[in-house]
Amino acid sequence: MKCKESPALLIIRVGDAFCRNCFKEYFVHKFRAMLGKNRLVFPGEKVLLAVSGGPSSSSLLFQVQEGLSHKASKKLRFVPGIVHIEEGAACGKTLEERTKIVADLKSIFSTSGFPFVIVYLEEVFSLPSSVLQSIFSLPTEKDDLYKDAVAGFMQSCHTSVKKNLCHETVAQETTLTEDHTHASLLSTHAHANETSISAFRGKFPFSPEQTEAVKKLFASMKTLTAKEEMLQTLRKHLILYTARIKGYSKVMMGDSCTRLAVKLLANICLGRGAFLAMDTGFSDPRHGDITIIRPMREYSAKEIAFYNKLFGVPSVFTAGLNTKAPEKASIQHLTESFIVKLQADFPSTVSTIYRTSEKLNPRYSQTPADDKGTETCLLCSCVLGIELRDEASAFCAISISEELSQSKKPEGGQVSSSTMEECCAENKMETLESSGCSCQSRERRNTTPDFWSLLCYSCKLVVKDMTSLDLLPEYILEEANRRQRRTQIKREIQEYLLTSEDDADTAP
Amino acid sequence: MKMAAPISIHLEFGGGAELLFDGVKTHHVTLPSQSEPWDVKQLLEWIKANLLKERPELFIQGTTVRPGILVLINDADWELMGELDYKLQDQDNIVFISTLHGG
Repeated sequence: MKCKESPALLIIRVGDAFCRNCFKEYFVHKFRAMLGKNRLVFPGEKVLLAVSGGPSSSSLLFQVQEGLSHKASKKLRFVPGIVHIEEGAACGKTLEERTKIVADLKSIFSTSGFPFVIVYLEEVFSLPSSVLQSIFSLPTEKDDLYKDAVAGFMQSCHTSVKKNLCHETVAQETTLTEDHTHASLLSTHAHANETSISAFRGKFPFSPEQTEAVKKLFASMKTLTAKEEMLQTLRKHLILYTARIKGYSKVMMGDSCTRLAVKLLANICLGRGAFLAMDTGFSDPRHGDITIIRPMREYSAKEIAFYNKLFGVPSVFTAGLNTKAPEKASIQHLTESFIVKLQADFPSTVSTIYRTSEKLNPRYSQTPADDKGTETCLLCSCVLGIELRDEASAFCAISISEELSQSKKPEGGQVSSSTMEECCAENKMETLESSGCSCQSRERRNTTPDFWSLLCYSCKLVVKDMTSLDLLPEYILEEANRRQRRTQIKREIQEYLLTSEDDADTAP
Repeated sequence: MKMAAPISIHLEFGGGAELLFDGVKTHHVTLPSQSEPWDVKQLLEWIKANLLKERPELFIQGTTVRPGILVLINDADWELMGELDYKLQDQDNIVFISTLHGG
């Protein structure tokens, strides 16, 4: 043990005993080192903290608070905001329970002094389809940019007379890159029925119909696995949208080491093996203008729980989809149970999985260099077609056998195609305001097989679990239509397009 | 035979574990006197019999706590105090935190 003076309070991993003060030092240092080592958060940058109220994200909020306070030595230098996604509708909570939880969270958030916004899951039905588009700028030399930014920030802080002008000056000086202007343009193409996230109609910014729609969406999925994945996807879209309209360029998530180890194994089971590096790594660049970072990824759940207890970090427990569920209720739940049990007997389990995940590097480029090139999944924004690159892959085998079994039953087909035809009539009446709705609904009937080609393998499995595709929020269906029309048009004008081989012939 | 006096223990449940105890986070309990001093193993059995309201398998597995539940004895990791064999003393503070709900 390090200091050898005070009594040891807890053991981490095998044989690392800490006393209270050494533990606090170790914990705080790890957070700073994580941010410092990766050099992704620029000084003065606006960073959105995604706080669910659970121990890890509450700990993240606490660390950021402490790090930004005047007392801290070498204090952190970014501008944080808080977002909380309230998911009570999906978990079957009553309005009273949800109000209480939100009230508890608001008091914690107000104490922090950072601007915060509470977004309800029901607002997913007011999102614009632009949230599914990724915006990429040209790659730049990151290291030089970082050093210059730090130097510039220090200078502007010295020259400004009052200390509280510091943040404002830098925020103004941060030049709006093409990314930001593009993002603000996208937000104006909002859905016709959209209400702004902070507007309140009565007590809540959503209607009871939207709560019902959320409940129906989740009830339409048979397995808890699919429900959990869908909830995660919708949550991410809401966070992304909030970040874009409020001008944040980074989002910090509170995933702990334990949680990421579970996610790693569960994602392999779900068919997301190709995207492990992005799903569990420190930074997740797939959305282009917004980078998701996970600064808590080196803390085990035990460390976080201990820190929170010893140093009074407030957190609010919210029951989730799989609270009190039996062990085999979903793939994610079973994986968590497996790893936690193994960890009890072999305390290096989680860190071994973590070390392995650090070594994962994508074989093919994970992010399209420009958004006209590689296709990305509609729901998770990952590069499509990874599984098709090797002809001898397991995925090809599965798709061949799927094709063969479907061609035997021409009427059976997919559940979705029959429900698509029924819904067309409904949609004509409901979506009179969105552009070209009547031709869209006719097209939907014909393009169902193309819809599946817009999704990656694991998202396909999640959506297939639904009984009806129309329960998906409007923004997803709209974006799906838009992409299908683009593919169709591209096919039609394919012969007129110059390919890179043609360019090569004519190059000087 | 000399009997030990009954001892008062403060129990706390957090991280979601309180769901199994009707949502009540703090309990002050008095363990009846017995000839041998109480140890944590016996305390767990006592909790299972007297406090646990539902789904015992989510709290206790066999003779110990379910993996994923942290135990703090007087703000220290129970692994440093002897785990199940730690002998309880009057006014001890035992905290059970579930780490199975992330955040």
